[in-house]
Amino acid sequence: MISLLEARGIGKRFGGLTALDDVSLTINRGEVYGLIGPNGAGKTTFFNVLTGAYTPDAGEFVFNGSALPTGQPHRVVAAGIARTFQNIRLFGKMTALENVMAGHHIRTRAGVWGILSQNRRTREEERLTTERAFALLAYVGIARFADTLCTKLSYGDQRRLEIARALAAEPQLLALDEPAAGMNATETGHLKTLIEQIRHDGVTVLLIEHDVKLVMGLCDRVAVLDFGRKIAEDVPAVVQQDPAVISAYLGGGGDAH
Amino acid sequence: MDALAHAVPWLGKRHPRAAGWLVIVLALAAPLIAAYFGRSWVRILDFALLYMLLALGLNLVVGFAGLLDLGYIAFYAVGAYTWAFLASPHFGVHLPFWLVLPLGAGFAALAGIILGTPVLRLRGDYLAIVTLGFGEIVRIFLNNLNHPVNITNGPQGINALDSLSLFGWDLAGTLRLGDFKVHSLYLYYYVFLLCVAGSIVFIRRLQISRIGRAWAAMRDDELAAKAIGINVRNMKLLAFALGATFGGVAGGLFGAFQGFVSPESFSLMESIAVLTMVVFGGMGNIVGAVVGALILTALPELLRYLALPVQEALFHRVVLDPEVLRMLLLSLAMIFMMLWRPGGLIPARARYARPELLGGETR
Repeated sequence: MISLLEARGIGKRFGGLTALDDVSLTINRGEVYGLIGPNGAGKTTFFNVLTGAYTPDAGEFVFNGSALPTGQPHRVVAAGIARTFQNIRLFGKMTALENVMAGHHIRTRAGVWGILSQNRRTREEERLTTERAFALLAYVGIARFADTLCTKLSYGDQRRLEIARALAAEPQLLALDEPAAGMNATETGHLKTLIEQIRHDGVTVLLIEHDVKLVMGLCDRVAVLDFGRKIAEDVPAVVQQDPAVISAYLGGGGDAH
Repeated sequence: MDALAHAVPWLGKRHPRAAGWLVIVLALAAPLIAAYFGRSWVRILDFALLYMLLALGLNLVVGFAGLLDLGYIAFYAVGAYTWAFLASPHFGVHLPFWLVLPLGAGFAALAGIILGTPVLRLRGDYLAIVTLGFGEIVRIFLNNLNHPVNITNGPQGINALDSLSLFGWDLAGTLRLGDFKVHSLYLYYYVFLLCVAGSIVFIRRLQISRIGRAWAAMRDDELAAKAIGINVRNMKLLAFALGATFGGVAGGLFGAFQGFVSPESFSLMESIAVLTMVVFGGMGNIVGAVVGALILTALPELLRYLALPVQEALFHRVVLDPEVLRMLLLSLAMIFMMLWRPGGLIPARARYARPELLGGETR
């Protein structure tokens, strides 16, 4: 196993609250890695620190063998990590296609002069971006809505569109923040198939999820956060049996998530 | 162009090509038609074109990038004063237009970056207040920089500016083609028209590009825009700088056309008037800016022509000054627009991609 992302002693405090406390974990290339934990355990904070939305107070990330820039989202994306959001965040005045094309921004180069003169390189780049965006829409299964305003899509399709937009940045690590939130069983099933496909096509996936069934069925390895600390990290079957996880995450009374 | 054609009522949807030609013919024939009602109407058309340039530039900042700018007229001022400094007897410098106009645009872009840098983290109302302040600072500087060293000539302004002269012929004079004479106002009209047409092409290219999509993304959801790798800081500065460039060019043309600049041309009310044109026409789309500028320049003038005789006839004196009427009309236009058509006169959604270029088979 070759590690793709290594988190080393990540810490983050908000005033007196310790949201993340010395969190270290390793995500291997080609796996689906689950990050679970009760509400407020620090999963989303970890996500935000990783993707540059927050600056960590301690620790560092090593991605692909080199230190990941912190606090600069666009450089994190450039390094090869793309994310989606727990509450869908699409670009409301753009069509599905344009959303995905916007996602390709970091992999294109055209500058003002190239665009104003519409030189051959710019035109070629624009054509490739359009082509790629169509291909990605087809990949996530919503190609027929290419020209539809994204806000008009169904909830499940908006989730898919957000994944397509993230994939447009050509990431090596795709970080999904609760992609199954608000989905019914059928939609979750389709999502599972899609994530498996993404992994099969060589993109490593980091998954934050509440749906235990999805996590256990999909992830190669799982880490559990509780009160900002990592309390377990292993294959799903082992984590499921871990007494610390059971008491912390599932609660004494079998509080199912 | 096709967007403009589509905006033509009735014909636009049915025969877009015919509508396109109609727009071109109307644009070319407009001053001849206007001249029928008096030469001052040609002058008004010239100003309408200048306002179109301003509205197009402001639309780029406000409509595309979502940065509410209430001090936009400052860039117009920078362009105009650049012309005044570098092409007038004031300093005795008379540089040619192809040098002064780009310089004015460049200075305006620089001013855009100077304004943009401190306001990168501001949004909405806060951004509006700071930009408003910036516009006023520029105007007040122009008003007061006549002492201790006279740079701007203060409130008196600078006059006798060089007119636009293209390759040897002066646009301020009358062009003689044999026995046929073309008045300066027409010459300026066609030069301005060329500038507006060029701007529309450029802005449309920007809109359908990675930069246009990045602006729209930033406007719709800044956090998500960052998360897909857009360098929001650079894109905001680029929007301020490019938007200002159009203001700077318009300012230079204004100086050359008017032959006189003074700080009072660059008041807050002018910023608001341009913003009104953008919102009235339909924010975020090019046609909206063009149509908004045309209507809101011509309508108050029309009113002025009617208002004076009507008031004289009714009260035997002028009760309301035409300038007051202009602001009144702009305000009323805004109120009715917000009530009936909150999306503006032409509430078209701007396009940021051209999927048709790929043809049908990839769909």
